[in-house]
Amino acid sequence: MNLDRRLLREAWAARAALLLTIALGLASAILLVWQAYLISEVLSRVFLGGNGLSDVRHRLLLLALLATGRAGLGWLGHVAAHRVASQVKSEIRERLAAQLLALGPLYATGERTGELITVVTEGIEALEAYLAQYLPQIALAALVPLTFLTFVFPLEPLSAVVMLLTAPVIPLFMVLIGQAARALTLRQWTALGRMSAHFLDRLQGLPTLKILGRSRDQGLAIAEVSDRYRQATMSVLRVAFLSAMALELVATLSTAIVAVQVGLRLLYGRMDFQYAFFVLLLAPEFYLPLRLLGSRFHAGTEGAQAAKRIFEVLESPVCVPGAADYVVTGQSGEAPAPQGVLVPGVVEFQGVAYRYRPDLQPALHGLDLRLDPSSMVGLVGPSGSGKTTIARMLLRFMEPQEGRILADGRPLSSIPAPAWRSCTAWVPQTPTIFRATVWENISLDLKAPGDRSTCGCRDRVMWAAQQAHAHTFIQALPNGYDTVIGEHGARLSGGQIQRIALARAFLRDAPILVLDEATANLDPEHERLIQDAIERLISGRTVLLIAHRVGTVARADRIHVLGGGRIVESGTHLELSHQNGVYRRLLMACAMDGEGQTR
Amino acid sequence: MGKPGRLASRPGVLFRLVGFPLAWWPRLALAVLAGFATVASGIGLMATSAYVIASAALHPSIAELQVAIVGIRFFGLARGLLRYLERILSHDLNFRLLGRLRLWLYNHLEPLAPAVMMDYHSGDLLARMVADINTLENLYVRALAPPLVAVLVVGLTCLLVGSLAAPVVPLVLAALTLAGGVLPLAAFALGRRPGRQEVETRSDLYVALVDGVQGVADLVAFGKEPLQWNRTQQINRRMVHLQAQAARLTGLQDAMGGLIMQWAVVGALWLAIPLVGSGRLSGVQLAVLILAVMAGFEAVQPLPQAFQTLGQSLAAGRRLFRIADAVPAVVDRPEVLSSIPEAWETPPALAITDLSFRYGEHEPWALERISFRVPPGGCLAVVGPSGSGKTTLVNLMLRFWDYQSGRIDVGGYELRHLTQHVSRQLFGVVSQQTFLFNATVWDNLVLARPDASRDEVVWAAEQAHIHQWIDSLPDGYETWIGERGVRLSGGERQRLAIARALLQRSPVLILDEPTSNLDALTERAVMNELDEVMRDKTTLIITHRLAGLERADEIVVLCNGRIAERGRHSALVDQQGLYHRMWRQQRQEAPFSSLANPTDLWYK
Repeated sequence: MNLDRRLLREAWAARAALLLTIALGLASAILLVWQAYLISEVLSRVFLGGNGLSDVRHRLLLLALLATGRAGLGWLGHVAAHRVASQVKSEIRERLAAQLLALGPLYATGERTGELITVVTEGIEALEAYLAQYLPQIALAALVPLTFLTFVFPLEPLSAVVMLLTAPVIPLFMVLIGQAARALTLRQWTALGRMSAHFLDRLQGLPTLKILGRSRDQGLAIAEVSDRYRQATMSVLRVAFLSAMALELVATLSTAIVAVQVGLRLLYGRMDFQYAFFVLLLAPEFYLPLRLLGSRFHAGTEGAQAAKRIFEVLESPVCVPGAADYVVTGQSGEAPAPQGVLVPGVVEFQGVAYRYRPDLQPALHGLDLRLDPSSMVGLVGPSGSGKTTIARMLLRFMEPQEGRILADGRPLSSIPAPAWRSCTAWVPQTPTIFRATVWENISLDLKAPGDRSTCGCRDRVMWAAQQAHAHTFIQALPNGYDTVIGEHGARLSGGQIQRIALARAFLRDAPILVLDEATANLDPEHERLIQDAIERLISGRTVLLIAHRVGTVARADRIHVLGGGRIVESGTHLELSHQNGVYRRLLMACAMDGEGQTR
Repeated sequence: MGKPGRLASRPGVLFRLVGFPLAWWPRLALAVLAGFATVASGIGLMATSAYVIASAALHPSIAELQVAIVGIRFFGLARGLLRYLERILSHDLNFRLLGRLRLWLYNHLEPLAPAVMMDYHSGDLLARMVADINTLENLYVRALAPPLVAVLVVGLTCLLVGSLAAPVVPLVLAALTLAGGVLPLAAFALGRRPGRQEVETRSDLYVALVDGVQGVADLVAFGKEPLQWNRTQQINRRMVHLQAQAARLTGLQDAMGGLIMQWAVVGALWLAIPLVGSGRLSGVQLAVLILAVMAGFEAVQPLPQAFQTLGQSLAAGRRLFRIADAVPAVVDRPEVLSSIPEAWETPPALAITDLSFRYGEHEPWALERISFRVPPGGCLAVVGPSGSGKTTLVNLMLRFWDYQSGRIDVGGYELRHLTQHVSRQLFGVVSQQTFLFNATVWDNLVLARPDASRDEVVWAAEQAHIHQWIDSLPDGYETWIGERGVRLSGGERQRLAIARALLQRSPVLILDEPTSNLDALTERAVMNELDEVMRDKTTLIITHRLAGLERADEIVVLCNGRIAERGRHSALVDQQGLYHRMWRQQRQEAPFSSLANPTDLWYK
């Protein structure tokens, strides 16, 4: 029932706290039995024995003491249960964060991003209820009733038998009804989610509705949709809640049966009042752990579901060598120092092939490419032609499946990825802006909030920003370089983001530069500044340019036109524009487009 | 949208929130009663059981116990049934409340849009509001009902205890108040600061985790994984520490709740036992009393949770009210025209005279003394770099804001003398980001005119060159589009928008960057199609792309809210000014991607 073996293994790491939680729960149950016994004894003495307050005073004091003890145990149990959850969650969270970094950009791309974010945030939180409530409750639901029985049996065998027989009915019901109820509840949640989505859709479309003069009557439509969902969902819930009612009935009716049965035997003098009352006090407590298990079943399901997805990510193979090193060593805060100074020299792709999925066309096949030091290679081609794959391989986000890449005659795969990356810089098409200060965004030394260890290289960061023509707009921000940008922070325009990315590359000052030109609609003024910064950045470096503009690629030392995962044409701009091929046709089309605008 | 809601200074959030479920007070009362009856049958079950057992100890005849035994069975059954009833009633109420809250929010946002969506970064804000509404949905079941039920149960318990042994009542009442009122309040107050810290740290943690997913490429490429991991670990450890603190507090609260109940039982025994000795209380009654006290505490158990939910609901309510209470940027005055007699057989002239506008008193002018006139059926283009005031101009025409001075006249009507609704009927808009709803193609089209006939819709689609494509879809006009339906290309979206604008039959057409998300080939096709559409309309083209502007009778070049240049395309190109610079640059920097996927070009 909802037991994920891998999650149990994780929980085992926190076994001390887990066992303590269970032990405290059990101890509390034993104190409860003692309390019930004392209360029934006191009542029996006062009621039938004619005792006064003075006769039972010390028993009452003991009762108060027991209550205090149980409260203490309960508190410790709560803390211990939380400890289990927090320890496991924290451990999994850290491993997951490390694993995602090790899996690299290739894993967390595209549509998967949103889902992965849910996994690392809400997914892990969903384990809390599973670990802190559901898991200990499984043990307690079995152990506590058994403890009660061991005490009741010697005193009142018949009641013990009644309890023993009725108890399994509750978990049985839970399993029987639980399945059906779960499906129904799931449907209800889907319906609710859909209704929220509809509502959000209309809110987002409000300006459009307003322009079309239809915004007022949409309110009625929203009310109508809500009402339809209510009716549909209620008819589902009427059935789903029957299961809860059945559970409640089993528990209360069992208590009633015990009470009546005990009462009748008492009536005929076949048992003692004290024991009868003792049994009555224990009966509801006897069924309570089982009912609790039922109510925590849902939390358990959710947790197990989340765990499944978390372990899928954790068990995904890491395919870039060296990527996972720090995951194992874990603690090191410093970037791994490259062994000696790496001189990349000539970088050569030899017969490189890659296929993202077996059922897809190869992204690259039989690709040969040469990057000479301090030269610029331009890649041109439609989307899906392999430009990005080449860039990813050069950045060691992925390794070729066939063929090899040599750097200065040395296979790239023999160099640890982090060491290799220390001699590359990357200006992506859509750079990520982190929710952090400008300092952190340029240096990428992201800090935990409140971490006062300052960036030791402020001068260098500022220099890089100046080189990237970013310094002026940064200084105009409310807090200059200390302004928090990104979501909820100051907003940057496309051109400003691009310049932050350029500043990162300047700061990196690496011999190899991968440049993915942006084609966003920039203002003429920004366009010029960025162009200027790029010119300065590329001088003296080995550049791989993924070209989107005619202007920039023209000055590359060599241009490769890609198509379907291979090179279809290469040469300089001059050569290619005189050759009657794809490149020439492209140039013509662009020119024609410009003409079309003039006349 | 300017002014914040008035609520910031008024502590009436709770009252306003409570007002929502009060609309269904009979249902509310019924649900609370059912909740009360559920707990009451629990008390009844335990009390009658105690009665039966204690009486049986005196060995009366079975007949004397018969009624009580039936009572046990009755309460046992009733409790389950009542619980069921209570859950059905309260969930039904929840859904009604949800629907009502949504309607309320929508009706309040409607006059504020789109201003409110620009002030707060839209996607975020709206998703947040939807989440807040979902939080408020629980207001009744989790926050309002439990205290009401508790009050009733406390009353019943005191009544029952009082009828047996009056001297015990103060003790029981005090214990119940302590467990149900003082304790949760104290925990709430104590938990506030650490709670806020926890929320902050959780948000920091989420930021770090999300960065590790979204920014993984940048971080890995620059070798910053170890730093990122360190940062995550650091925040994670802090979170663990804070959560442990919180757990100690909630654990203490739970434990104290149990302790108070058990001490109350001991206390009740302490006070009641002397009464037995003095003959004012029988042994049977003592047994009943003790079990009734125990069962009564069931009602105060959900109260700590209720306080927490109430806290969340108040926070959600405060956020919603702050937005919903904002003063709309444009309010219809009573004396304005709410309809125009004209049928617009011929298109009207559009005249803008000395128009000035700024978003706030201390803001710079977004538009300053703008004047131009589009003759009936004519076409004028407004161009300029981003931030020059183009969008503001559209917002003013659509009455999303009202201008401070100058005037906009359409066919002799000044816009500020018309209701917003009537003003907007004058304009058909095709904008850069066409919003399509998650609905069928048909629903998306007839939004413009709900009473449109099938022929009219098809006509509009044909005019927009989209009819054939729609026909080729699996369900034709009934095909779902949007998130859960067919995905549309940029060209298809814009053509649907054109069809929608045509259906609207407005005399003036505003083309607000209609092609800026399209590739060059599609752009040209769409512009050509628009030419036909524009023929019998007065048209205003707003754009920063200078493609195809030869068709405009006049071009107005905006820069920093003022008109920098004006004239026809050829004249402006010769003039060597801003227009010329923009035009030259767009030609030179022609991106390859403006040819996006004319695949034949690549593989001929």
